Amino acid sequence: MTSTSVEPKTSPPNPEPERHWKDFFGFSTDHKVIGIQYFVTSFFFYLVAGLMATSIRIELATPNPDFLGAENYNGVLTLHGTMMIFLWIVPTGAAFANYLIPLMIGAKDMAFPVLNGLAFWLVPPGGVLLLTSLILNQPPVAGWTSYPPLSLISGEVGEMMWILSVLLLGTSSILGGINFVTTIFKMRIKDMSLYDMPLFCWSMLATSLLILVSTPVLAGALILLSFDLIAGTAFFNPTGGGDPIVYQHMFWFYSHPAVYIMILPVFGLISDILPVHARKPIFGYKAIAYSSIAIAFLGNIVWAHHMFTSGTPGWLRVFFMAATMIIAVPTGIKVFSWVATVWGGKLRLNSAMLFAIGFVSMFLIGGLSGVMVASVPFDIHVHDTYFIVAHFHYVLFGGSVFGIFAGIYHWFPKMVGRMMNETWGKIHFVLTFIGFNLAFFPMHILGLQGMPRRVVQYDPAFTTLNQVCTVGSLILAVSTLPFLVNAAWSWFKGPIAGANPWNALTLEWQTSSPPIIENFEEEPVLWSGPYDYGVDREQDDDKSVSELLAEVKAQM
Amino acid sequence: MQGSTADTAQNTLATASHTDAGHHGDHPDHRIFGLYMFLVAEAMIFLGLFAAYLTFRSVAQVWPPQGTPELELLLPTVNTVILVSSSFVMNRGNKAIRNNDVKGLRTWFAITAAMGLVFLLGQGYEYFTNEFGLTDNLFTSTFYVLTGFHGLHVTFGLGLILVVLGRSLKQGRYTSESHFGPEAAELYWHFVDIVWIVLFAILYLL
Repeated sequence: MTSTSVEPKTSPPNPEPERHWKDFFGFSTDHKVIGIQYFVTSFFFYLVAGLMATSIRIELATPNPDFLGAENYNGVLTLHGTMMIFLWIVPTGAAFANYLIPLMIGAKDMAFPVLNGLAFWLVPPGGVLLLTSLILNQPPVAGWTSYPPLSLISGEVGEMMWILSVLLLGTSSILGGINFVTTIFKMRIKDMSLYDMPLFCWSMLATSLLILVSTPVLAGALILLSFDLIAGTAFFNPTGGGDPIVYQHMFWFYSHPAVYIMILPVFGLISDILPVHARKPIFGYKAIAYSSIAIAFLGNIVWAHHMFTSGTPGWLRVFFMAATMIIAVPTGIKVFSWVATVWGGKLRLNSAMLFAIGFVSMFLIGGLSGVMVASVPFDIHVHDTYFIVAHFHYVLFGGSVFGIFAGIYHWFPKMVGRMMNETWGKIHFVLTFIGFNLAFFPMHILGLQGMPRRVVQYDPAFTTLNQVCTVGSLILAVSTLPFLVNAAWSWFKGPIAGANPWNALTLEWQTSSPPIIENFEEEPVLWSGPYDYGVDREQDDDKSVSELLAEVKAQM
Repeated sequence: MQGSTADTAQNTLATASHTDAGHHGDHPDHRIFGLYMFLVAEAMIFLGLFAAYLTFRSVAQVWPPQGTPELELLLPTVNTVILVSSSFVMNRGNKAIRNNDVKGLRTWFAITAAMGLVFLLGQGYEYFTNEFGLTDNLFTSTFYVLTGFHGLHVTFGLGLILVVLGRSLKQGRYTSESHFGPEAAELYWHFVDIVWIVLFAILYLL
């Protein structure tokens, strides 16, 4: 392919900080401040929940309960899951969206800045509630799913705190969703159509629609559950005539789409990172955009595949099995498009790109085991075993977390105005990659051999593989240190980044790093499509973007 | 809700577009759009709760469970009529403000508020005279939780109407040019109304 790359328009660098550090500790209506508040808060909970994960693995290094003990184990397990999902991955999606969407579409701010600040300030109390339950030594112990009747007979205090926390975090994400959809539809600069948007905006559009449709149903379930807990009703209590399966339906009507609420933003980040560092146009822009919407739709109608063993009738299981497997199609479209984007490109293997490639490959494994468990007979075999644990950690850690780190390495220069250190970034990547696979791959085998999940004590025959997992998790824990040191050091001492260190084409790179308070000095101009790498606009002024793309593809 | 800040936001937006013409354009309709998104989320909570109720009902062998007294229909029917007609009354208020008839807005909104209050009082009276309690059985529990949750929304909608009224009376807000507040309150009120019609149908009539 041709190597002519158009030099993007750059605003003068703006290294002088406009903000005081105190701005980040109060109520702000600036989407960039709120974005960073989200990042730092959710990363804090990532560290806490990560320490919990490590202690779970240390406990499981031996077959008998001797580190946490049987009682603490359930609490730590519940909080680990809850925090990783509701306080790390979901809010980090909101962090990226808050920071990037207005910049990417050339807006001054979100559609509802005050609402935005409010949405963020619901997150810390949610996290504090969970941590308080631990300090009071009454953590919720019914697992992150909080299934009744188990959740009704374990400690009431911890369970109520869990419910309140999830309600707060859910409200926050609904308010965020309203804001993102409105911003994307109503705040784009005049000449930007939906098809000129970076793909991250498309994926956040799909995510936000999912949030709006599914999160409220969880709120409904939790309202009923809290009445059961404290008012003596029996919605989900079989001894009072209630039906616990209804809770499962309502819970998974949210929580299955929730996995797409977690992964779709990352799909968007990856779609934006790969073309920049491969120096090639994205392959199949519309296919990627539409597949996000397709995933959002399909994600909403497959919840009962979590309930194949809950007495769901056979014909219904077949429907949910088929619908679940169909999700592999839009997901496959994305993966093929990413591979085709990288194919034959001039790759820059920096930390962001390494994490992005790591994401695609690890997520692929998680996706494949997802197709496996989508099939009813196989699911019945591995139900509630470590195979499931392996599957969702490949999706949520190998997918979401790798993608989040790719995003952080990619946009850190924009947010902070300084570059991160590449050597430390690569050390971080290698340790994460090794630790992750060591920790979670053996769980597939453990699950197939029949080791149940959620247990503190297990058959000594499983000891060796469990110890491998534990070693892996310790490496994973250590891998966070180079990142923390790197981020902290680069924040103050890293080399100045300039407006556009990666020579990227999307709008957020057309303003200074970090951007000024109202984002752009003047309304930015769409001078190219978001991914027109190697397309020379100057010579081909009268050709449309799609014609130019077709030419580039023909040259490959 | 966006109500309190939104009007300031619009004023700022309006001035900004004068001083700063051409930069980022203003989008006057984005608040109504956002409100619709909010109502989608609200509707989903109710849909979830309705679905739960209908599942309880379809799975149960006897419905309503044995020992549930007959529901009194007269009062809730009257209440329904009041609530539904209040939506039309409120609509006249909004038509008035579009023609710059501030007095019309205030009158019709005041009548709507009174009707909403009557609805809530009627529901309170119903609770008070019902012969069953929250924890009696699955039906009575869902009855109180569903109607109570709806009542909470009516109360909130009433609050919105009163805020609009208060702002119009004290600050002279709302003209034919700028009337987001009344419009939002009306949308929300219609929403609460529609939810009630569905709720009434499946809880009392079905």
